[in-house]
Amino acid sequence: MSTSETRPPALLTTSGLVFLGVLGAAVVLVPALNLLTAPDSALHVPTYVVSLLGKYLTYALLALSVDLIWGYVGILSLGHGAFFALGGYAMGMYLMRQIGPRGVYGDPVLPDFMVFLNWKELPWFWYGFDLFPFAALMVLLAPGILALVFGWFAFRSRVTGVYLSIITQAMTFALLLAFFRNDMGFGGNNGLTDFKDILGFNIQADGTRVVLFVLSAVALGLGYVLCRFLVRSHFGKVLVAIRDAETRVRFTGYRAENYKLVAFVVSAMLAGIAGALYVPQVGIINPSEFSPANSIEIIVWVAVGGRGTLVGAALGAVLVNYAKTYFTSGLLAPYWLFMLGGLFVAVTLFLPKGIVGTFYDWRARRRASDDIPGAEPAAAPKPAE
Amino acid sequence: MSDTETLVRDIEPDDGLGAAKKTLTEALLYLNAVTVTFDGFRALNELSFTVDPGEMRAIIGPNGAGKTTMMDVITGKTRPDKGDVFFNGGTTDLTRLDETEIATLGIGRKFQKPTVFESHTVLDNLRLALKGQRSALPNIFRRETAAERECIDAIFETIRLTEHRDRLGGALSHGQKQWLEIGMLLAQDPKLLLVDEPVAGMTDAETAQTAELLREINANGHSVVVVEHDMTFVRDLGVRVMCLHEGSVLAEGTLDQVSANERVIEVYLGR
Repeated sequence: MSTSETRPPALLTTSGLVFLGVLGAAVVLVPALNLLTAPDSALHVPTYVVSLLGKYLTYALLALSVDLIWGYVGILSLGHGAFFALGGYAMGMYLMRQIGPRGVYGDPVLPDFMVFLNWKELPWFWYGFDLFPFAALMVLLAPGILALVFGWFAFRSRVTGVYLSIITQAMTFALLLAFFRNDMGFGGNNGLTDFKDILGFNIQADGTRVVLFVLSAVALGLGYVLCRFLVRSHFGKVLVAIRDAETRVRFTGYRAENYKLVAFVVSAMLAGIAGALYVPQVGIINPSEFSPANSIEIIVWVAVGGRGTLVGAALGAVLVNYAKTYFTSGLLAPYWLFMLGGLFVAVTLFLPKGIVGTFYDWRARRRASDDIPGAEPAAAPKPAE
Repeated sequence: MSDTETLVRDIEPDDGLGAAKKTLTEALLYLNAVTVTFDGFRALNELSFTVDPGEMRAIIGPNGAGKTTMMDVITGKTRPDKGDVFFNGGTTDLTRLDETEIATLGIGRKFQKPTVFESHTVLDNLRLALKGQRSALPNIFRRETAAERECIDAIFETIRLTEHRDRLGGALSHGQKQWLEIGMLLAQDPKLLLVDEPVAGMTDAETAQTAELLREINANGHSVVVVEHDMTFVRDLGVRVMCLHEGSVLAEGTLDQVSANERVIEVYLGR
């Protein structure tokens, strides 16, 4: 056998192209069907559906960020909702500052809740949020810095497995309690809401909603390409090696904690972007986004779609949330959480690689029997530990 | 330790069979009076020995003799309670470094249980191990060079896995995994290879091939320390043998000399 030119895996696989193709089609079709059709037409997509779909896409980006660290590094973060919420709060603070004197109390600077609490001055950490570039920077920095500090201590102390999962839960729970307090200056229990404008555009307008939807789709597409780029690089191979045999990685001379930290921070920033796109589309951000149950739900999305497949994580997020919308608006509403729990158990037992992972296995087996006798299934990540 | 003199190996050469005393500055690896205690159990008890540059050494001994603990101490996994561990002619104190730093210095380790990256291809396993950039951020944009590819091809020839390069590490047989792991050590290009039970679970033919492989690696200038129970294999290696017992060196010499030693027979080989 001669020196084989083993090409690196393509940046975009078939499933990746299909995924980006579907996103691209949605970017064209959804706005067209919303803006160009008559409201009574059968093809018309109402604006609330546009925002609902946009919300699903931000969840898909959040699921992607979790898959990057859970699927490829084996870090089961049960606190990723915190990074999502921080990105959301950064955007929410910008939107609050845009209200200006149009609030109920008409204060030109202070948001309503501060007037209500009898505050006289804007707290220092609200400075700068009237400027969009600053807020956008905070969307990345707030989750990024939290992930950096948290990961620095956790990975350096070699906290792994279930212990790491527990402290990520504790992290998001602590933030939940903190943000509930009025004294924190983030609107307490009610959070931030009643937004008017974003970059000068009316946040309720159809056109703005459509643009937010398109931006969510673009962010998801770019996030996917970024994750693909990372996981197929030498860096990404080290990540998978850490997932499978961390000790070996250390004895091979890699600083496993640094690799985990980079992946964790990138993942947190992606989650922050997802949160920032989520808030203007749902119109509110409050401390419930920090609730531990939210973070656990993300894990269910990823498990359903297929851990370690990226596309699967996004698909799982959209499917489960569609099911959630569907079932929580009907007779079955009180039973949704049972259904979600049952779904997780069922997927773990019967579909451990999730929808996309199972599909990859099936395709690999079929190819193996067609072309090369004795070939093995393509590299698929191990089922959830 | 104030001066080098006090670091001269202080164990008695075993009834004249052992080599002359080695000084710190001559040795590639130097252990002096290393003691490790786990909950009162002395896994290593004043263990002292040296490995010369280019030497291959086999270590035998009954279960619990401290063989694996010794490797843990050398590779930074376990910190000794007391004693000195120096590398590179006394220039580097290994007790102050962690696993990653020690690996980067040039000490590679093969585990008792073969440990390869199971969901990576055999080729990617070697790529990951190959000496080179280890920092996270530069590795995002790293590309394989022609020299690296040639180096990997050469290792494939050495470990006889060329036709398996595109299979997953996890799909290899037990023996193939052992070889892949040795190949990964070679790719790291270490000065010293620590090899823990490389032929456990191998067929006789594979065992003989492994002995040949290790001799080849040693002939190429790598120092090797092999821990093994398989006496046929140790004989095949044809190198100096050291028998550990209760955390210290019981006997040292050629295999014949060591296996003729009364105490070795008593505690390890059996009568």
